[in-house]
Amino acid sequence: MRREEVLCDLRKKFKDDIIEVLDKSPKRVYIEIKPESIIQVASYIFKDLKARFNTASGVDTRYHMEILYHFLIEDINLLISLRVKLQKPKLEIDSLSTIFEGANWIEREIHEILGINFKGHPDLRRLLLPDDWPDGVYPLRRDYKEWDKNAIRDRGV
Amino acid sequence: MAKTIIPIGPYHPLQEEPEFFILTVEGEKVVDIDVHIGYNHRGIEKLSETKTFDQSTFVIERICGICSTSHPFAYTRAVEDIIPIEVPERAKYIRTIIAEGERIHSHLLWLGLAGHFLGYDTVFMWTWKLREEILDVMEILTGNRNNYAMFKPGGVRRDIKSEDIPVVIKKIDSIVPTLEMLKKAVIDDPVIHARTKGIGVLSKEDAINYCALGPTARASGVARDVRKNSPYGAYDKVEWDMIVTHNGDVFDKLVVRVLEVFESIKIIKNCFLNLPGGEIDANIKDIPPGEGIGHIEAPRGECFHYVRSDGTNRPVRHKVRAPTFMNLPTYKATVIGEDISDATIILAAIDPCYCCTERMTVCNTKRKKIYSGEDLIKLSREKTKILRNKMGVK
Repeated sequence: MRREEVLCDLRKKFKDDIIEVLDKSPKRVYIEIKPESIIQVASYIFKDLKARFNTASGVDTRYHMEILYHFLIEDINLLISLRVKLQKPKLEIDSLSTIFEGANWIEREIHEILGINFKGHPDLRRLLLPDDWPDGVYPLRRDYKEWDKNAIRDRGV
Repeated sequence: MAKTIIPIGPYHPLQEEPEFFILTVEGEKVVDIDVHIGYNHRGIEKLSETKTFDQSTFVIERICGICSTSHPFAYTRAVEDIIPIEVPERAKYIRTIIAEGERIHSHLLWLGLAGHFLGYDTVFMWTWKLREEILDVMEILTGNRNNYAMFKPGGVRRDIKSEDIPVVIKKIDSIVPTLEMLKKAVIDDPVIHARTKGIGVLSKEDAINYCALGPTARASGVARDVRKNSPYGAYDKVEWDMIVTHNGDVFDKLVVRVLEVFESIKIIKNCFLNLPGGEIDANIKDIPPGEGIGHIEAPRGECFHYVRSDGTNRPVRHKVRAPTFMNLPTYKATVIGEDISDATIILAAIDPCYCCTERMTVCNTKRKKIYSGEDLIKLSREKTKILRNKMGVK
């Protein structure tokens, strides 16, 4: 399948789910979709288009929490980034680790650093942060404040 | 049968980096595994947001000593993707040379460690001695043995001098005969066969499901290599082959890495042969608001960086995904059902990122003598002679 066919196909198949398609360059496409359709779109891209899941990256912007799921279709060298915007304060989305195992760890990571709840994830334990890190403190959020008075994290940087 | 829990780590003589594995075993068989990471978490993504785009290159170069080219390479490509801008041809070739030099020394390092884990220390000694030559080559080209500081958004920092090229090519050629010998010795060795064939098999379906990367995926028959799939640098301008094997066991992962070293040598020599002249830097002034993605093939698999800019001189968000992040979970698919004695080599087979910056020279302060590599070989031969005489072996 060629690049245009893939995009056309996606537009037709998920015309109710897609909010906006940003055709940035020949190798990069950003598609914004509704958060509730993530499972259908992602599993179509992963299983039918035979894409590889690169990773997901969460971004805290002023009005909402964004997650970008990056998929690479290797045969045509096209990197599709699915963008979902979650309205604060209800930060919840379906977990992709039910479709493929590769999403398991990255969802655990986003859960602990941004505080997004992944529904249906089998194991949302902490991945990177230490055990004495307090609950409800998320280091990559915009409103993060240093909580540990003895920490040397913010000194002299 | 009763279940026993065996902890490996967080600090363990086999691992150079802290990771914690909880193996549940029934007798000798591993029935479950839990991986705890995070002991090395330094918050570099957060730190990167407080640095300018130029400073970030140095911060992320220090994510790992072994992949110290991969991370800046992916990051600079992400920044160039925001603008978007093409780097000059000469810079592309220089980047490719540095990245492949890193691949050779990383694969040799892994091969040595794998030999060490199997209790086959001869392989360890030979490969690490070979690796020295490559580190010397990198020192000639960049001035550093690790953390080369060659990359900047828009190009490279240092040019390669034309008088260095014959020296470097001679040095690289000089390791090929020993590598050939090592390849035969490792691939035909019955001990290595016995320890690695059919052990820790990662099936093709599992490799796709876990989104495995790099040699880990290629050993399972998944033809996945960013250098071929989405070419960057000079990889589409020089001839080379992607190595793919199909069994998915530890032995195949070993074969993939050994053969890739030869491909890397081919790429480096081709790059030197076709090295174009001209500028090495595109002189980026401002970085506009937007987002960019850069991904490259690190020695262990795809290294992925996502950078978002809001038009200031600092990134708003910088996401780093190293290849081991995707490869480590495959341990769950490969180790369950295997013997506990094989668990370490199965873990080593995915090449989790180790850090090492050791040098060869030994200083003896008492006698004020510095031993070179030749001296050590001579000493070792003398010792063997004495031992043989003592034991009466001729």
